[in-house]
Amino acid sequence: MAEITLAEAITQALAYEMQADKNVVVFGEDVATNGGVFRTTLGLLQKFGPDRVLDTPLAEGMIGGMAIGMASQGLKPVAEFQFEGFMYPAFDQIVSHASRMRTRTRGRLTCPVVYRAPWGGGIHAPEHHSESNEAYFAHIPGIRVVIPSSPARAYGLLLAAIRDPDPVVFLEPKRIYRMVKQNVPDTGEALPLDQCFVLREGSDITLVTWGAYTVESLQAAEQLAQEGIQTEVIDLATISPIDSATILESVEKTGRLMIVHEAPKNCGVGAEIAALVAEHALTSLVAPIQRVTGFDTMMPYYKLENFYMPSVARIMATAKQLMEYA
Amino acid sequence: MKTIAEFSIQFHQYLNEEGQIVQALPAFANDHAHLIRLYTSMQRTRLLDAKAVIMQRTGKMGTYPSSLGQEAVATGLGDAMKPEDVFCPYYRDQGAMLERGVTLTEILSYWGGDERGADFQVPREDFPVSVPIATQCLHACGVAYAFKYRKQPRVAVTSLGEGGTSEGAFYEAINLAGMWNLPVVFVINNNQWAISVPRNIQTHAQTIAQKAIAGGIEGVQVDGNDVIAVREIVGRAVEKARSGNGPTVVEAVTYRLSDHTTADDAKRYWNEEVVKTAFAKEPLIRLRRYLTEQGAWNDEKEKQLIDQLSQELDQAIKDYANKASQPAENIMDFTFKELPEALLHQREILLGENHG
Repeated sequence: MAEITLAEAITQALAYEMQADKNVVVFGEDVATNGGVFRTTLGLLQKFGPDRVLDTPLAEGMIGGMAIGMASQGLKPVAEFQFEGFMYPAFDQIVSHASRMRTRTRGRLTCPVVYRAPWGGGIHAPEHHSESNEAYFAHIPGIRVVIPSSPARAYGLLLAAIRDPDPVVFLEPKRIYRMVKQNVPDTGEALPLDQCFVLREGSDITLVTWGAYTVESLQAAEQLAQEGIQTEVIDLATISPIDSATILESVEKTGRLMIVHEAPKNCGVGAEIAALVAEHALTSLVAPIQRVTGFDTMMPYYKLENFYMPSVARIMATAKQLMEYA
Repeated sequence: MKTIAEFSIQFHQYLNEEGQIVQALPAFANDHAHLIRLYTSMQRTRLLDAKAVIMQRTGKMGTYPSSLGQEAVATGLGDAMKPEDVFCPYYRDQGAMLERGVTLTEILSYWGGDERGADFQVPREDFPVSVPIATQCLHACGVAYAFKYRKQPRVAVTSLGEGGTSEGAFYEAINLAGMWNLPVVFVINNNQWAISVPRNIQTHAQTIAQKAIAGGIEGVQVDGNDVIAVREIVGRAVEKARSGNGPTVVEAVTYRLSDHTTADDAKRYWNEEVVKTAFAKEPLIRLRRYLTEQGAWNDEKEKQLIDQLSQELDQAIKDYANKASQPAENIMDFTFKELPEALLHQREILLGENHG
């Protein structure tokens, strides 16, 4: 079996579920004929036809809202926003309607929508194309936020998101869309939502990260290991709701926690993880919790982008600081 | 130079403010029983609104948006729909919701702060009222797409105020509806006011109906105080959509004869003379006058109707007042189909607080 990229794994999951369930419809800007600007919907129009793979007019609020109407009728809409920085017109629909439909109608109407978007920086894109905005969505009750970090997890988590009976914001780390290839059998097997994935076991430091930063985190862990520091790298995967059990269990073992994310530090998801650990496992900690994040700035244009992105060096330096506490 | 496109907007009225017929009636309106049903529905809505406002004033109801003066729009559009259609209402649509089978008790419950009021027992697929302005237009498009996708002969109807047509969501919806030829009807309650902002400073467009043209769809204006016109024109739009001939914007010209809600004081911005004139044009008077002249209505029938509707309403208010309160855990039990761990933990805290 050929190995595939994360982007191809997205396509493979969409195709599998469209084949399995006629209620799944895919739509967004440029997703049909063009196969999406990142080609994640390539070939779906040819396979499933124009009733199920639709180029929409150019209006993100519309994409967000129409999905809710479709879902109320039992369709399983997979709505694509072309870039995460263009999701904001749909924010009203997501926060005011998608998240609340089950609650507002006491379960009479539901909203099993997947809102997909390429997400994050580091690809030298124009402004508004490189945002790490997961925290905005993570704050909304009734919404799941999921970010895959490998082709296999993209496949399994997207299948789970489509099958989930509630709305999911599914953010795809575009920096690693084509970074690695993996053998991803097209078995239709979903991965669990609301669960972290332990990517590397370690006894000294718990490092929680997600999306593309699993790459730098694993690189740092590998180098740290050569210096005798064993880092447990946890891929958060479901950003909201957080699988606190896995994180707490790890922290109880290591006594040290660092969180690595690309988004700005202030009110980032790292703060929530730090608070969870402070609430439930403070006495297990031997060192202050550390966050290695983007700065509290606008995402710079691409010439300065690298200054914004947390580096492997910064992750390692922070890990070493943590090890100064016994 | 040459003209490459021309557009016009038609205005429809059957029953003028004097209760006189101004053009041949549509077939349904020759049936007095049908007109009496419409009159009954409008009267029911009016009594509900009046009572709900009093209940709010006496602390028995939350903030409430009366639809006084707009009953013909709501009743006419509700009557034009089939049960299998889906309605995506705005928040001043109690008359239409009643026509759809939502109960008085459910409406009172919703505005009385109880989510169960939106768990309609009859129109199971209708949306609850939409408070964020015009957002429901897009839901109606999504519903309509589902009908089209499944080749079901059903129609989605949504309503909004004229102020709502300033929102992007409205324009996005009519553009999509036109592009995809969706079976959807947009009914605009042009009640002249968006809280305190009058129609003449809401838009420079000569009519609201003409906004449809931007979406490549038909726009039409009706006298929104003439229930016959509303029923007929919305009915035509609904059946046009059902037969695959596309969406329509119907602008119903009416007047909001109440405060925006019980939290508003329209005296701050109303011109009393204008409102007085508007009261003379309200929808119930003219239909009653017409039916009376037809020999189909009289004071005694009116009294009987008011008595019957008042009893019905009193019973609904009793049911509302006696409804068992929701358990505390209902605040979270519908957040997801299955509650995640963190919420289960918070649920224990909530239950501890409330039982401990």
